[in-house]
Amino acid sequence: MKIMKFAKLLLAFGFALPMIAHAETKEYNLVIARQNVTINGVTSNKITINNTLPGPVLRFKDGDEAIVHVTNNMNEDTSVHWHGLIVPGNMDGAPGFNGTMPIKPNETFTYKFPIKQSGTYWYHSHTLGQEQEGLYAGIIIDPKEEQIKSDREYVILLSDYKHESAKQTLQHLKSSSDYYQYHRKTIVDYLKDAKERGFGAASKTSLEWGKMRMLPTDLSDVTGYDFLINGMTPNQNWTGIYKKGEKIRLRFINASAMSMYDVRIPGLKMTIVQADGQDVEPVQVDEFRFGNAETYDVIVEPKDDKPYTITAEPIDRTGFAIGTLATSLGQVGEKPVARPRALLTMSDMNMELMMKDDPNMDMSNIPPSGWANSNAPEGTRILEYSDLRALNPQTDLREPTRDIVVRLGGNMERYIWTMDGHVFDPKRGFKVDFNERVRLTYINETMMAHPIHLHGMFVQLENGQDMDKMPSKHTVIVPPGQTLSVLLTANNPGDWPFHCHLFFHMASGMMTQISVAQPDTPKETIPMMDMPKMNHGGHNEH
Amino acid sequence: MNIKIIAIMALLAPSFAFAEAAHNHNHLGESNLFPYHSFTLETDYGKDKSNWDLDGWAGGDYQKLWVKSEGNVENGKLSDANLWALYSRNIATFWDAQIGLRYDPKIQAHQRESSYVAFGINGLAPFFFETEAYGLLRDDGLFSIHLKQENDILITNRLVLSPSLALNINSRSDEEYQIGSGLSDAEAKLMLRYEFTREFAPYVEYSYERKFGKTAKLYDAIAEPISSNGFRLGIRFKF
Repeated sequence: MKIMKFAKLLLAFGFALPMIAHAETKEYNLVIARQNVTINGVTSNKITINNTLPGPVLRFKDGDEAIVHVTNNMNEDTSVHWHGLIVPGNMDGAPGFNGTMPIKPNETFTYKFPIKQSGTYWYHSHTLGQEQEGLYAGIIIDPKEEQIKSDREYVILLSDYKHESAKQTLQHLKSSSDYYQYHRKTIVDYLKDAKERGFGAASKTSLEWGKMRMLPTDLSDVTGYDFLINGMTPNQNWTGIYKKGEKIRLRFINASAMSMYDVRIPGLKMTIVQADGQDVEPVQVDEFRFGNAETYDVIVEPKDDKPYTITAEPIDRTGFAIGTLATSLGQVGEKPVARPRALLTMSDMNMELMMKDDPNMDMSNIPPSGWANSNAPEGTRILEYSDLRALNPQTDLREPTRDIVVRLGGNMERYIWTMDGHVFDPKRGFKVDFNERVRLTYINETMMAHPIHLHGMFVQLENGQDMDKMPSKHTVIVPPGQTLSVLLTANNPGDWPFHCHLFFHMASGMMTQISVAQPDTPKETIPMMDMPKMNHGGHNEH
Repeated sequence: MNIKIIAIMALLAPSFAFAEAAHNHNHLGESNLFPYHSFTLETDYGKDKSNWDLDGWAGGDYQKLWVKSEGNVENGKLSDANLWALYSRNIATFWDAQIGLRYDPKIQAHQRESSYVAFGINGLAPFFFETEAYGLLRDDGLFSIHLKQENDILITNRLVLSPSLALNINSRSDEEYQIGSGLSDAEAKLMLRYEFTREFAPYVEYSYERKFGKTAKLYDAIAEPISSNGFRLGIRFKF
């Protein structure tokens, strides 16, 4: 009897061993607390992870078993979402979805999930306004074998820091949607415009905007931020050391709540090698526009022994996030000069809506998009989405079986934002079959760009490349007034948050969900993702 | 009067309760009946007359409790006041429909204590005109219309010139209280304010007020002036 049991045990072990052998367990403890944080001489109550803002970078290797114990030392609920990581729904860290509960005060929750990807990602809270208040940090996942050669690497995490609480910011936006707009057009601007273009043209533009009750200056809803690189202000000057001739890999993460940037390092070409953690064919640029929640990995090769300024300028030009690449500490590179603010134009409006509004509208002489105008010097090579080509060919090349139209809308005057015509309602959402191949068409009916993020699965951006070369992304910027589409292979069952990653847009309703049915047939034409069981880990401890 | 207010509030309460259902998703949004608020209080001080003008709301995206109050203090004594409480519901992108009560207390001997049912619209017209239009049904059946428009002209992003025009029209006369039928009075104001912050903005204001038509005649009859004007200094608070 005993021997039998032992044999059974052996058999069980023998069966399990090969799997254990290459699945290393990587364990982290994260303690989340509210603390006084001083930025630019002002102290305010913010959120730290293991006493830092941003929190520690977590490093894993493809194939690892990740175990992260998150202890909530705050007096409010919390959660941690692994942005861009393909995990089972109950480990995704978005309370209210997939049966996920928030982590209560003084509780520890253990996130446990297998790592089946590599690249640069990040993690952040999905509860209240915590994502704006400090609960964010980077994730690096090394591939089984590194193909991208570099001599050293740095995480460059951008964030927009505000002294007031997220709750106050939302209250301000709701009390008046232009509360933070201190660059509205004035009489003086009108007179200048009239001098340049004549009273007729200036008045026409001014009246067009007035008729719509919109502001051409509305590039970002919230201003007054301190922009940080790895938690440091431009004066603190985060510095990455290099030796002349080295290849440096910079892992850019935009962890900002409300800010998009134009990123450049004057004097250095940047070779983009990954977008949203996914390998892309190297493309050399001078500058890239960086949407919220996106990540880009770039290689730079400084040939000179001098400080280079990593410059991330928010699109509303209200400051800089600045860091330095230098051969020794204390060096300061060239200070950037603020570029002019762009002005939105009629091209940043949704044409379909405009025609509906005013069928007799004069469509001649429509100027180019104001939003896309970064005012970069002539000849600057700026990354475009169409430049991105997946390095490893996509495996699912099926044509989508249907189109799902996702309208991005809202009421700017009331600061209400909608997806599919509704503010977030847990009872609403899009339903897709398991392993279904669908096209999501984002129609931006607003005059703001929206970085649209889908949890749980990557989408392939239809950027004009062949289907096998379309880049996989977890977050896609949909420019003002434009339509853009992505392809989705719905291979991760569950209810997945699907939202704008401008934090206060999400908080004001711009969120819905995509529900992927459970697989009913085990064998599909396309190899399905190796899904861990839903009961794998995660338990509450007091 | 108090009973009336309570009765109407009680009628409005259920619609609020249904308004913003709480969900367990725990995102920042609307967690209770009055998640957001926006009140503007203008207090200004003239030579021997000062006044207040409160206008604002508490509530959610689609339903709000809207409060208004105006009053004057002459030579250190309260001379007249009114108080409005309205239920406000978003009906179009830029517009709210409102219904509620207005109450004017009797402060001086020659005044009438009045209560009104007030209803109308409040919002932003094209070219950024803040607009309100109310019908007011007084307790004795007198019906009047109150219209107001206001605009902001930015000299700089903090120095703002704000013209406004308000007028009142009555269905019939009430000679005892110097109210004539038709257009009775209008007030034009020009406010120049400096917004140190959104919350705190000192201003100078010029106002011109005039009675018209039958109302003007009624004022003439009791030898009261039919127009007044003057500069005032004030502070605009937002909270």
